[in-house]
Amino acid sequence: MAMRTPLKTARYLGSAKEGADHFWKQRVTAVSNAFLAVFLVWLIVSLTGADYATVKHELGNPLIALGLLALVLSGTIHMRLGMQTIIEDYVHDEGLKVVALMLNTFFAIFIALASIFSVLKLSFGA
Amino acid sequence: MQATSGRSARPERPLSPHLQIYSPLINMVMSIVHRITGAALYVGSLLLAWWLIAAATGPEYYDYVAGFFGSWPGKIILLGYTWALMHHLLGGLRHLLWDTCRGYDLKTIDLLCWGTLAGSLALTALIWIGVAASGGL
Repeated sequence: MAMRTPLKTARYLGSAKEGADHFWKQRVTAVSNAFLAVFLVWLIVSLTGADYATVKHELGNPLIALGLLALVLSGTIHMRLGMQTIIEDYVHDEGLKVVALMLNTFFAIFIALASIFSVLKLSFGA
Repeated sequence: MQATSGRSARPERPLSPHLQIYSPLINMVMSIVHRITGAALYVGSLLLAWWLIAAATGPEYYDYVAGFFGSWPGKIILLGYTWALMHHLLGGLRHLLWDTCRGYDLKTIDLLCWGTLAGSLALTALIWIGVAASGGL
């Protein structure tokens, strides 16, 4: 006769106590993204068809660089949280899910670092 | 005595109907489109990163990337990106409103959902008209 209760298999598979944090970060970055998306559209539209010298000069403007850095930070945090939710909803195999969540983080960090490096190079580089 | 719980004892119970049983309502459609546009923008973040990398690399590479965005496939991708961004933006504002427990009567839900779709199409058109008017196309 088994003396152990099904609690053994359920333990550690419950809430990670991070839900409210996830929810709140998603909302905070949603609000900042709403403004930064308008900035992005304005920036892209105003630089459409511009030659390289103009683009380099504009992206080197401190206000535009700060706006882009804010957009990249806010956007990558937001998209990582969103994709995490999608993965957790649709990927049910535990191993695959862990791998997908890890790749999601790596992708978001790659986008963030590559973009931030480029913006900083345009501002400070020769 | 029968165990009251556990994986082995799982009686055949009727399943509740899933999505494909119901006829789609606008709020259901806008819900999944919000998620799809979010996923599209996730992939689309590569475009912004690519553009910034190109600008930081030098004139030849920037011209190559700008040339791609100016080509027909590039324009179609950017048009899709614009719509996805506008749709996810308006859908996000709708969700922020709903987060405050406002806008939950059925008429308002329908209005907000149709408004998201109509507004995203209108904003996309406005942006591209703006680009065309400034000679960017």
